[in-house]
Amino acid sequence: MDTPLTKPLHPEFKTQPLLAAVFPLAESDARAALRQMMLIRRFEEAAEECYMRGSIHGTMHLSIGQEASAVGLCLELRRSDLITSTHRGHGHCIAKGADPRLMFAEFFGKDAGYCRGRGGSMHIADVESGNLGANGIVGGGIPIAAGAALAIKQQRRDDVVVCFFGDGASNEGAFHEALNMAALWHLPVIFVCENNKYGMSVSTERSMSVPHVADRAPAYAMPGVRIDGNDLLAVLQAGRAAIDRARGGGGPTLIECETYRIRGHSRSDRNRYRTKDEIDAWKARDPIAAFESVLRDAGLMSAADIEALRAEVAAEIAAAIDFAAAAAPPDAADLTEHVYIAA
Amino acid sequence: MDTMIEPTAALRELSYADAIYEALFQAMTEDERVFLLGEDIGVYGGAFQVTRDLFHLFGGERVIDTPIAELGAAGVAVGAALAGGRPILEFQFSDFATLAMEQIVNQAAKISYMLGGRAAVPLVMRLPAGSGTGAAAQHSQSLEAWFGHIPGLKVVQPSTPHDAKGLLRAAIDDPNPVLIFEHKLLYKTKGHVPEAPYRVAIGKAAIRRAGRDLTIVATGVMVGRALEAAASLDAAGHDVEVIDLRSIRPIDRETLVASVSKTTRLLIVHEAVKTLGIGAEISAMIAESEAFDRLDAPIRRLGGAECPIPYNPVLERAAVPQVDDIIRAATDLIERGA
Ligand SMILES: Cc1ncc(C[n+]2csc(CCOP(=O)(O)OP(=O)(O)O)c2C)c(N)n1
Ligand SMILES: [Mg+2]
Repeated sequence: MDTPLTKPLHPEFKTQPLLAAVFPLAESDARAALRQMMLIRRFEEAAEECYMRGSIHGTMHLSIGQEASAVGLCLELRRSDLITSTHRGHGHCIAKGADPRLMFAEFFGKDAGYCRGRGGSMHIADVESGNLGANGIVGGGIPIAAGAALAIKQQRRDDVVVCFFGDGASNEGAFHEALNMAALWHLPVIFVCENNKYGMSVSTERSMSVPHVADRAPAYAMPGVRIDGNDLLAVLQAGRAAIDRARGGGGPTLIECETYRIRGHSRSDRNRYRTKDEIDAWKARDPIAAFESVLRDAGLMSAADIEALRAEVAAEIAAAIDFAAAAAPPDAADLTEHVYIAA
Repeated sequence: MDTMIEPTAALRELSYADAIYEALFQAMTEDERVFLLGEDIGVYGGAFQVTRDLFHLFGGERVIDTPIAELGAAGVAVGAALAGGRPILEFQFSDFATLAMEQIVNQAAKISYMLGGRAAVPLVMRLPAGSGTGAAAQHSQSLEAWFGHIPGLKVVQPSTPHDAKGLLRAAIDDPNPVLIFEHKLLYKTKGHVPEAPYRVAIGKAAIRRAGRDLTIVATGVMVGRALEAAASLDAAGHDVEVIDLRSIRPIDRETLVASVSKTTRLLIVHEAVKTLGIGAEISAMIAESEAFDRLDAPIRRLGGAECPIPYNPVLERAAVPQVDDIIRAATDLIERGA
């Protein structure tokens, strides 16, 4: 990985050269990272199948092809660290430690689901593992992440917040207001833009006045780094530096992960705004396949190890779907429960 | 143009979405100042495929894909309207108008008044609204009453393809900011739509079914449910009048008071949360009117449950009035006052 994509825009922000003498991950962590990416991929493929069969309704946004940013960032987090997520949030949720059984139960609208059947895919959250939630409002989570970081700072905790959002979200006022406050108050938050080139049908060229989301960081006196978001090790390295910086009181960082959404925006997308060639070119940069070859080349996992892991993950997802299908639906009599928390 | 000439030959049918498209197409063809702004309204054709090929027909200067920036886009539309443009702003979901409240409520609604009538904001906003699609709490709200509370705004809710086209044209021709709440479940419904441009007057309700025993005032998607309920109540010997409110600001007081004076019973049905809603306004309007003395039963309201719209489809249905709820409430009112 010697492309100049890792581009610190701020003198304080230092990254280490990759694939240096020491492999940046312990063997067990490397295996865990691959497993998480595979789990997200299989989870979403299975969710898509369920959706097509009609056992999941509403809408859903798949992050197939974008798994490395979720896993690379979350691998470096503690359970007590927090994340905020987006409408494309299945990967973030799993990467932060959610149980796929309870996620599927939510998609099936069951009482056992993470949101008791009230939220579905777009509001998936597991607060216990530190995920404050997906969001139906583009940009909605960005100021919330800054606020969570403010509370952490006030309470003198050394936790951090990772805020995931899309390129499209960086055009919302909420993004700009939040980054300003986060920098102004030196909040322990890492803004992670998953730039998949499009906000629904509109490309970044057609929606942004600057070429890169990271270019917006200097306006808020914040380091901005742009990395190959499909390279797990690049994500890991940039994430580590930003997380260390935030934990140590150094303030926020903006990381732009360049990636691509292989599937349509949602189930109703006809892909009229992009070409098949473009999609195919990005399919060839699959983050999971890329990391598998890194592990094989480094001698950390054999092809057989990798296939065994894939089978293990597939079995876990199949079991999760069985669990969710058998779970009980919510009782309509409880319709207005949880609007308020009992005082 | 206000009077509609019905063709005598077989009536042409269009979907609600296509009726809106036709109104946009005709207005853009007739008046070069008319232009569209919104998210994914260009090559994508709009999240609900309403703007379809308008981008290809009129080009990117008149069909503008905005960045995802609702507050900014609303402000840009207000500014363009002030400077002689005729913007039509599509919110991808009505829920996202909450991000643009500042420009809609503090600016668009008040500029004409604050400036002593010296400036106008001829702005049309289209807002796909309502539940029933499994899109959960942040994509399913019915917020029309919020805007109805603001002097300076006009707010309409077409329930048929015919009115979708005619109200949109009336809104485009109106010198004031008008919000059009389009129900997502109606986009594919079909009905008669005349081809020539026409206006449906903003502020006029429509009597969809005349009756003697009870008045049901319904809005948006509830009009169809009220008509369905009325048909089965008819089979039970109850003669129900169904009024499609169509416009929630201004509200057609005259039609409502006349109807309730005649039937002596009133049921109001809307999808928006019941508390502090349009039903409360209509109830108070009737209570303050000459129709009050004629009432033979208490006024009843059916509205959305006191909660956000849930994802689970069974819960989602339970959160808003259904045909059976209307039949039950109507029967109760008619039998109570007999
Ligand atoms: C405030 C708001 N505006 C518009 C939408 C509709 N919408 C949902 S996702 C999306 C695109 C978001 O693009 P981006 O932030 O790049 O995330 P991506 O979908 O590419 O992951 C849009 C326009 C929304 N949910 N919320
Ligand atoms: Mg995007």
